[in-house]
Amino acid sequence: MKLTLKIWRQENAEAKGSLITYPIDGIEGDMSFLEMLDVLNEQLINKGDDPVVFDHDCREGICGSCSLQINGEAHGPDHLVTTCQLHMRKFKDGDTIVIEPFRARAFPLIRDLMVDRSSFERIQQAGGYISVNTSGHTIDANAILINKEDADASFNAAICIGCGACVAACKNASAMLFTAAKVSQFALLPQGRVEATNRVLNMVEQMDKEGFGNCTNTGACEVQCPKGISLEYIARMNREYLTASLKG
Amino acid sequence: MSILDSKIPEGPLADKWTNHKNYINLVNPANKRNIDIIVVGTGLAGGSAAATLAELGYNVKTFCYQDSPRRAHSIAAQGGINAAKNYRGDGDSNYRLFYDTVKGGDYRSREANVYRLAEVSGNIIDQCVAQGVPFAREYGGTLDNRSFGGVLVSRTFYAKGQTGQQLLLGAYSAMNRQINRGKIRSFNRHEMLDIVLVDGKARGIIARDLITGEIQRHSAHAVVLATGGYGNVFFLSTNAMGSNVTASWKTHRKGAFFANPCYTQIHPTCIPVSGEHQSKLTLMSESLRNDGRIWVPKKKEDAIAIREGKKKPTELTEEERDYYLERRYPAFGNLVPRDVASRAAKERCDAGFGVNKTGEAVYLDFASAIMRYGKEKVLTEHIEDPSEEEIKKLGEIVIEDKYGNLFQMYEKIVDQDPYKTPMMIYPAVHYTMGGLWVDYNLQTTIPGCYSTGESNFSDHGANRLGASALMQGLADGYFVLPYTIGDYLSKDIRTGKVSTETVEFEQAEKEVKNHIQKLMGGAGEHSVDYYHKKLGKIMWNKCGMSRNARGLSEAIDEIAVLRKDFWQNVKVPGTADSMNPELEKAGRVADFLELGELFAKDALQRNESCGGHFREESVEQSGKQKGEALRDDERFKYVSAWEYKGEPKDAQLHKEDLTFENIELKTRSYK
Repeated sequence: MKLTLKIWRQENAEAKGSLITYPIDGIEGDMSFLEMLDVLNEQLINKGDDPVVFDHDCREGICGSCSLQINGEAHGPDHLVTTCQLHMRKFKDGDTIVIEPFRARAFPLIRDLMVDRSSFERIQQAGGYISVNTSGHTIDANAILINKEDADASFNAAICIGCGACVAACKNASAMLFTAAKVSQFALLPQGRVEATNRVLNMVEQMDKEGFGNCTNTGACEVQCPKGISLEYIARMNREYLTASLKG
Repeated sequence: MSILDSKIPEGPLADKWTNHKNYINLVNPANKRNIDIIVVGTGLAGGSAAATLAELGYNVKTFCYQDSPRRAHSIAAQGGINAAKNYRGDGDSNYRLFYDTVKGGDYRSREANVYRLAEVSGNIIDQCVAQGVPFAREYGGTLDNRSFGGVLVSRTFYAKGQTGQQLLLGAYSAMNRQINRGKIRSFNRHEMLDIVLVDGKARGIIARDLITGEIQRHSAHAVVLATGGYGNVFFLSTNAMGSNVTASWKTHRKGAFFANPCYTQIHPTCIPVSGEHQSKLTLMSESLRNDGRIWVPKKKEDAIAIREGKKKPTELTEEERDYYLERRYPAFGNLVPRDVASRAAKERCDAGFGVNKTGEAVYLDFASAIMRYGKEKVLTEHIEDPSEEEIKKLGEIVIEDKYGNLFQMYEKIVDQDPYKTPMMIYPAVHYTMGGLWVDYNLQTTIPGCYSTGESNFSDHGANRLGASALMQGLADGYFVLPYTIGDYLSKDIRTGKVSTETVEFEQAEKEVKNHIQKLMGGAGEHSVDYYHKKLGKIMWNKCGMSRNARGLSEAIDEIAVLRKDFWQNVKVPGTADSMNPELEKAGRVADFLELGELFAKDALQRNESCGGHFREESVEQSGKQKGEALRDDERFKYVSAWEYKGEPKDAQLHKEDLTFENIELKTRSYK
């Protein structure tokens, strides 16, 4: 397949960036999107140009490193996949593909398609944990009974890979879906209830401090989330936050 | 007498760890505040160690090349984590977990280490539940278990197909608590490029900030390496793209012995290579072998017709299929251990029966499981006169419930529906049992330098059982290292802050900078990937699933030639003092080019077949086991630990003899 790539190139956070056009040939449907970029980079290196910089690591959709806004959609046109699992068979010969970084004030650009998502880490550091020491002398695991629905609901929040697609998909660059997933994962378990009040207050406060936008319930985040995290968790967190505020 | 002292405590097996803990030195809380520890790598082994050491009061610095500790490759582990909880009441015990692990490792691991692993396994589950890991549960609210390959009990705890992710997020949450308290400083997007020794002790590292290219000095009283395995020496593996051996290798060059480098696990159920562009391989969980049947066509004409697209697998009748695992191993069938299943697939494909266009794939077929589950449903739901189609539909629902996410992943990658046509699979490099040699305290041969998780060699012998990697990573990090490192640090309470303004740090920094300059100064003929792929081909063809003296000797020579070519002709664009992913890759491949040669050398000297290491010269010649792997306990019942002496070919072999006092050595039979 022959394609025209329009890729965002930017030397660093301060430099001015622009879309550069790269024609590319010989792309096969079995290639993943990132393997297609590998081919381009190999060509650029052989020509003596700088390869395109992008984040990636596990290439099996679980580490959350890869990102990319592909033709305006976070992780591209396929659903429930990350960019590393998107395959070129989703495109056709002659297509033009616009590739940009995830854009948000709280995700400053590092280089080309790579952004700094450490704001997500700081939200988790503000309270995304249960305060228990690793002494090895906690109670027996089966001493805490948790009904299956709660355990499953917690799991379904915990599968968030923290890639930032929800922020990139949102017109306000809101991190509500991410924060809600991280808050709910703990709040749904009895072990997590002990610190639930402070956790939600601190994590939301940190989220606001990082400069993420407000949630206006358009639901774009849920649609483009590669793990299909449900919007319901946002409603859950809002209830949790309201209760905590009244207590606080 | 070997110069290697494994420091295994005296006393009966079951009391060793308790006794050891009772007598080792401790550091008082006020002194811990004055002691710094560096932890490199933040997967299960590193993340859990960092969190626990910080809780204890030490000042911890963590380093990872990813943009967050939580993206370390432990996250990709699918199936589960073993623990001898015996919640099923099916006869499990610490001893049984110990026994299964030693046997599964083909009697090439240390009894005392493995027993300790089994002993703390139960605590891991308690700990993880306490910190909020959402394991799968039953309707009564208790934890659920599943079975895994090669064992007779149900001891695997899991969180659907994402157990590694959930455990890593648990360890990361424990880290976050300490980051919030200021006890951990986390250096993300930083790569360790060398270790610094002062008076023979590990006292710090040289790291590169991957965003700015800045070379930094970091000092500490001890250095912990939890940097994972080196499967990427094969280029194609199930490892992450960035997984590398650099931290371990640089430490090896500074004096840490490297143990059993040739022990590699090649996992039987991965999605086959589709072409030259392939950058990595994806695993399909071992759990699929519970319901999938593995086969190739009986007749070569059929295999050829399938490869050419003239025939479909579903057109072949039962009589035309060769369920070769069921044929060769009637007792274990499709559930033989990983090493055995991988070799059997290779044997059929080498004989010309492979089923994809490259000839390197076999079928994993769910058709009979779908019908079996469908018929069960018909009975339990009292459906009268169901059609074949209806039974199939019902069965597909059951399969989707069990393996839905894996089937979806397969379909996305291969573009075929595994409910309708059998999956194609082929073995791929997955895990490395070899690694830095450590004693019972997890200390390498460099005082003050420790190694945990996949980066050390200690617990899995020549083959690792499923769901044991997560167990070892967390055992080392949460429950073993935090005790044993205190014994060493108790002698360091008067040392005071370690300065980075010393000759040793200056020298190490200079070496790192020179190394980088050399990498950037190549003539610029070929990209880094060009060399990495070439190395991978040599490794796969000559040091892969089946090895012989001739191939291994050739590999040693070819890798040396390739390494020379690399240093003369590699092309690294960009600059050293800015973000430069090609430079990062070049440094890692340079180290793989040395490790690869040592790997082949180790495989060459071990002229026996054990676990994942199969030597064509060492097979059973007659009887029921004819053609199977032949271990040679008389000559090879030892750990090979290599000392760096310049070029890999000059490495010196030290042997740690393995003693088995609690287990009788037997031939593994799965017939």
